[in-house]
Amino acid sequence: MALATALMEPAELATAPMSYWRTVAWRLARDRATLVAGGVLTVIVLSAVLAPWLAPYDPAAGSIRLRLAAVGAPGHVLGTDEQGRDMLSRLLWGGRMTLVAGLTPVLVAFVLGSALGVIAGYVGGLSNTLIMRTMDIFYAFPAVLLAIAISGALGPGLPNTLISLSIVFVPRVVRVAESATVQVKGLEYIAAARASGAGVRAIVRHHLLANVLGPILVFSSTQVSLAIILAAGLSFLGLGVTPPAAEWGLMLNTLRQSIYVNALVPALPGLAIFVTSMAFNLLSDGLRDAMEIRG
Amino acid sequence: MTAPLLEARGLRKHFPLRGGVLQRTRAWVRAVDGVSFEVAPGETLGIVGESGCGKSTLARLLLRLIEPDAGVVRFGGEDVLAASASRMKRLRRDMQLVFQDPYASLNPRLTIEDTVAFSLLVHGVPRGEAAERARALLGRVGLDPRLHGRRYAHELSGGQRQRVNIARALVLDPKLLVLDEPVSALDKSVQAQVLNLLQDLKAERALTYVLISHDLNVIEYVSERVLVMYLGEVVETGTAEALSQSPKHPYTQALFASAPSMDPDHRMDRLPITGDPPNPIDPPSGCRFRTRCPSAMPRCAEAPPPRVPVGAAHEVACYLYEAEPARVA
Repeated sequence: MALATALMEPAELATAPMSYWRTVAWRLARDRATLVAGGVLTVIVLSAVLAPWLAPYDPAAGSIRLRLAAVGAPGHVLGTDEQGRDMLSRLLWGGRMTLVAGLTPVLVAFVLGSALGVIAGYVGGLSNTLIMRTMDIFYAFPAVLLAIAISGALGPGLPNTLISLSIVFVPRVVRVAESATVQVKGLEYIAAARASGAGVRAIVRHHLLANVLGPILVFSSTQVSLAIILAAGLSFLGLGVTPPAAEWGLMLNTLRQSIYVNALVPALPGLAIFVTSMAFNLLSDGLRDAMEIRG
Repeated sequence: MTAPLLEARGLRKHFPLRGGVLQRTRAWVRAVDGVSFEVAPGETLGIVGESGCGKSTLARLLLRLIEPDAGVVRFGGEDVLAASASRMKRLRRDMQLVFQDPYASLNPRLTIEDTVAFSLLVHGVPRGEAAERARALLGRVGLDPRLHGRRYAHELSGGQRQRVNIARALVLDPKLLVLDEPVSALDKSVQAQVLNLLQDLKAERALTYVLISHDLNVIEYVSERVLVMYLGEVVETGTAEALSQSPKHPYTQALFASAPSMDPDHRMDRLPITGDPPNPIDPPSGCRFRTRCPSAMPRCAEAPPPRVPVGAAHEVACYLYEAEPARVA
């Protein structure tokens, strides 16, 4: 073993060392669960993007005669809903809404939350108190209640859903960003950069962000699945996307009374939500492992 | 005597200890309390003391990485604490710091070469030239720039990282290097290599060192003059020889007595100090060492003893020597 390493080392050293992101990609490519999750997500995203071309029917056009057709019914592979609309078409179109409602707030939270958290953590003092205590106000409410309250105040519709979910997720990201920043700020390489005469901007750009954005990104990715579920939940309650638009949470709501007539069809949007959020969770787990710096 | 390169006068830093709901200051940690000394150009001053005696805080005060509550730092006669931001940036090129922890002191996301070149880029050196100079210096400190330059800190050993640390500090061609426990995290064999490298570099580049360590062997090996600190105060200063031959302060005596000796015939004949140093939040009145001092007297509790000369460039802050007439040669 010792001989093997001794023999391997010079050869290994002689090869050009991999850059950080290439190492991350290399590790991701070797993680089977992450690869499967990534594959599933790619299919979901592609099918949502290509919904206008993939969907066999108009997702809003129904037929009274064909209500609640079972899965596998002729012409309707995944059956029809309580208004006789094609389930496959609605699931494809609904995915667009759900993905937008799940990804946008997290993206907003990542950008806004990182900025606020890094400022609070690096500047400290009064800025920290102001930013962090304001975030604590939002933290005082459970996420679901906060989202419902804001959406209820703003009224239904996709833009309002995005606003209310962003408000839910920004404080979470700020907290993670602030604690990561405070931790890195105290490390000696930041002091070394200051001792070399570097200004705040150079230190933040080259030394702080590079070490802080990774953990924030990983944390944000874990929030995507929660955002998807919350967005679906808001639609389910009638506070999110408005009918007749297709959205998985909304579909789940309108189909719920049909569960005794045909159990499989109402389960489909739930299954779609489950698979998508699960895939995001697995992907973020894989990302976390791959981005870890191993000594 | 030549003008000192670095001069500290009455340096003081107390850290507030906050607590309670309103984050009011409950107490002060007296990390550095009235420290004064001078370092001549080309000299190596060793600063020795137990953990928690304020050595690292002192290092950061000297480089103005933290602002002192009181006192003066002069570098080449210039008041460092009064320097403007742009002047400070220029001054930083002349005074650099080598850190203690070879793990926390290197950015894990930068390659070794970029770590060293960063300081040059900050000072406006073009990218290509900065990389060139970084590689040359990596070679000088004993790393192969082609083998290690594009690697990350976590791919190197502790000793290699400390070499990178030294290269980063030297890349701006400083006059003064403050070494904060530069070898305490390394194996004994690697310690010697790094210390020898530091000695060679000092001769080569006409450097002045302030070496901070808790290890008397390290201090004796490289220092010409030694400053002994106890709980944020200087208790004794003198040449390395004078201190090891005839330590005056009971604390210095105890330090030398407790240092393991290489010579089996040289056995411990004095009792090394026992117990932990008192809490710097609430240090003892008068002489801070009196709670552990074998020759403590009632007056030690009354007022801190002044620093009195006991030999050529040898001063001690202890009432035991007050009566002795100064024998300045």
